[in-house]
Amino acid sequence: MLLVLEQVLNGLQLGVMLFLLAAGLTLVLGIMNLVNLAHGSLYMIGAFVAAGVIRLTDSFLLGLLAALPAAALVGMAVEVIALRRLYTRQHLDQVLATFGLILFFNELVRILWGPRALFMDVPHWLSGTVEIVPGAPYPAFRLAIIVVGGAVAGFLYWLVRRTRLGMLIRAGASNREMVGALGVDIKRLYTLVFGLGAMLAALAGVMAGPIYAVEVGMGEPVLIVAFVVVVIGGIGSVRGALVGALLVGLVDTLGRAFLPTLFRAFLAPDTADGLGAALASMAIYVLMAAVLAWRPRGLFPAHG
Amino acid sequence: MARPVVTRLFIWGALVLLLALPPLVQGLGADFAVGVATRILIFALVGTSLNLILGYGGMVSFGHAAFFGAGAYVVAILAQHDTYGEPLLTWPIAVEGTQSAFIAWPAAMAVSAILALVIGVVALRTSGLYFIMITLAFAQMLYFFFISLRAYGGEDGLSLFARSAAGPLDLADDVHFYYLVLGLVLLALWLKRRLVAARFGRVLRGIRDNERRMQALGFPTFRYKLAAFAMAGAAAGLAGALIANQTEFVSPSFLDWQRSGEILVIVILGGMGRVYGPVAGAAAFLLLEEVLSAWTDHWMLVLGPILVLVVLFAKGGIWSLIDRGGQADG
Repeated sequence: MLLVLEQVLNGLQLGVMLFLLAAGLTLVLGIMNLVNLAHGSLYMIGAFVAAGVIRLTDSFLLGLLAALPAAALVGMAVEVIALRRLYTRQHLDQVLATFGLILFFNELVRILWGPRALFMDVPHWLSGTVEIVPGAPYPAFRLAIIVVGGAVAGFLYWLVRRTRLGMLIRAGASNREMVGALGVDIKRLYTLVFGLGAMLAALAGVMAGPIYAVEVGMGEPVLIVAFVVVVIGGIGSVRGALVGALLVGLVDTLGRAFLPTLFRAFLAPDTADGLGAALASMAIYVLMAAVLAWRPRGLFPAHG
Repeated sequence: MARPVVTRLFIWGALVLLLALPPLVQGLGADFAVGVATRILIFALVGTSLNLILGYGGMVSFGHAAFFGAGAYVVAILAQHDTYGEPLLTWPIAVEGTQSAFIAWPAAMAVSAILALVIGVVALRTSGLYFIMITLAFAQMLYFFFISLRAYGGEDGLSLFARSAAGPLDLADDVHFYYLVLGLVLLALWLKRRLVAARFGRVLRGIRDNERRMQALGFPTFRYKLAAFAMAGAAAGLAGALIANQTEFVSPSFLDWQRSGEILVIVILGGMGRVYGPVAGAAAFLLLEEVLSAWTDHWMLVLGPILVLVVLFAKGGIWSLIDRGGQADG
């Protein structure tokens, strides 16, 4: 039972990280109608900048504080230089151009930080464990990720639903010409949203650093999963991204933890482990195919 | 459709060059070029197969490497069972391994076509971005499936002990292999030209331009799209069988999503919806890769921005530069 609780928490932690990535993706997709494969590069840049600064200063907080604006700057620069020209293009063009950007950023990071993976320590003030229920210690850092992710989800909800900026974002998503005609600087709004998405991606990257390795190409596998989240949740919907992310995080983690054991009940151990592991890594894609077969526009279709 | 004289001259010139390539480069002492040309032709074939659904059918498949990799695995797995003398299946029917190209390659095409059929039934119900993502998701599923196949090398992949046996042709000889690949690519191009000019191709283009109208005209658009998708899968499977033979090695990286991206790039770079576009695209992309990687280890730093520039400024691809007077769909 305690094992289940631990795995559920792990699933939530993965879900929260996926949400940070998927929120930026879904905003950019819903508002600018842009498929940005290079979003994973911003996640990678966040992790690398943080790892570099932490190595110099030995402070996790400084690393985080450096990574967020760095990723936001890179994101906004890319938006102004290249992506802005792609908003009115087909998805196919966007996929290709941002595919090119991935190649560029991966190589750039390889030149700047070298080909080897970097390691990031859990900050010492979060290195302990917390007993959520008696007898079930859980790493404080992973718990902190869940808390931060939850806070960011709340902040985004407030931002999109309750502020003037959020109102403009929503208005821009429904009708960009009209918002522009009303005198809003739509270009600057888009750049701002892009920077916000980049910052969320970097936040996910920094928090992923101590758990997974900080290496070139770390952004792509997680990006594909984040797209699965966006598609499951419904393109453009932040609420959908949250639900989708938690769903995907739980399905993936619980599948990996328990499918092999489940198959052992009626198969030879070796076959069971192999089959269980295979099905576990395919589980989220099966989930996505099932959701799309049931609701072709995702769980929470954004515009009607 | 009559082509301008310049374009026809170019096509015939390219054909003569391709036919004369092996003796030519061997005379120059650059034997490795035969291998590079073979690789280009194989990627031209997989690009041609994607072009059928992307260029003529408007289906942006971001998982085409799945069919390519599956074809490669079929050849490698059959060869492994033949080498060890273990049957692949004993139930419900006995299936022995084989190294014969006449059995293994059609089997690769059949497996890829069936996969495409199954994936297509689900994926083709969606459209737009959802279609891009669901094809990517299916390719990822197959990627992880092959990683989990520990009996066939798992993540490390599987080596072939020899190329397939093809009757009088000695495929171990790079020149024989080259001519076989060239013949198959020419056959595929000829078939595709016939296909897109036929009623089937016209319906497919109609669906690309306005699916709802084609439905209103009474065409079962889903079936047409599914048929095209399965055909493209079969051709990609053949290309996979060829690449497995050329490299004498297969691994899950053949189904990697980056591979799917590269195949898309080949089609766009060459010219979508142009019969010879993917050939030009494959040649340009792989040669660019060769040249850049010989020049610097960090060639992706250059290739990436080139892709962005191509997308931003070069609409129509390379083939539209060669075939200036021509029109799309030709």
